[in-house]
Amino acid sequence: MPTNEEIFEKVREALVDALGVDEEEVTPEATLQGDLDAESIDFLDIVFRLEKAFDIKIERGELFPEDILTNVDYVQDGKVNSEGVAKLKERMPFADLSKFEANPIVQNLAQELTVQDMCNFVEHKLAA
Amino acid sequence: MRWFWIDRFTEFVCDSHATAVKGVSLAEPHMHEHIVGYPLMPNSLVTEGIAQAGGLLVSEHYGFSELVVLAKLAKVRFHSHVRNGETLTYRVKVDTLRRDGAVVSATGHVGERLHAEAQLFFARLDESNDVTGGAPLFRPRDLRHWLELVGVFEVGVRQDGTRIREADYPLVEASPVV
Repeated sequence: MPTNEEIFEKVREALVDALGVDEEEVTPEATLQGDLDAESIDFLDIVFRLEKAFDIKIERGELFPEDILTNVDYVQDGKVNSEGVAKLKERMPFADLSKFEANPIVQNLAQELTVQDMCNFVEHKLAA
Repeated sequence: MRWFWIDRFTEFVCDSHATAVKGVSLAEPHMHEHIVGYPLMPNSLVTEGIAQAGGLLVSEHYGFSELVVLAKLAKVRFHSHVRNGETLTYRVKVDTLRRDGAVVSATGHVGERLHAEAQLFFARLDESNDVTGGAPLFRPRDLRHWLELVGVFEVGVRQDGTRIREADYPLVEASPVV
């Protein structure tokens, strides 16, 4: 099992390659969409790179459960309901969703995903 | 102008790599329109050629029956100018191949001279990314014609060395085109 620093280094490398950003920009607190300008297509690219870097298999929707965000049972008027938030927490134990929970607008989820969340995700996968 | 940016494959190994060539001629209009008075092969079209070579390699993985689109150029670097009379050789290599897409690394050489390096990301559009209401974007017979023109079935082999045949793929008309 790699150390937290080793995980961060590899995640940083994946993000630098996928997003064309400078190493210094990739800090644990940086948000993928807000700070690093990741677009939706970049998430698939990032997933490919993480799979390769850590020799793991990431299923569709595992990192970013878009199926929940497009499910009418969980989303009303652009906001994720409490049932949906509970489902997101279950599917994303690696992410800190407390900020999102305060204002669960669908678009906010991707906006608030940080580099640290990605590291936690990898750690979670490696431990599974 | 016809949107063919590779002339022919010289090697095509399924799920692995391929080599394609493109002869650069003064007879091509873009040579005169890119920088007037100084004929050059535009690098955007070099990129397109690399994308066509890589895209067909990836598309074969999905049996030439799925929509595969160039989603992203993760890296592109050019090192020289390509002039009329030169031949570009594109080498594309599959780095990652998955159900929902693929990553391809590529180079473009003129003889021994490295001209271009690229990393491309292709996405496979399935039912969840339906952009045409279920109708195909192109005619299978047009794709078949293109594959024939660039020699995919003349040089294409599987990893075990066996030849691929046109009849192995569903390149026949099934539904109307949008």
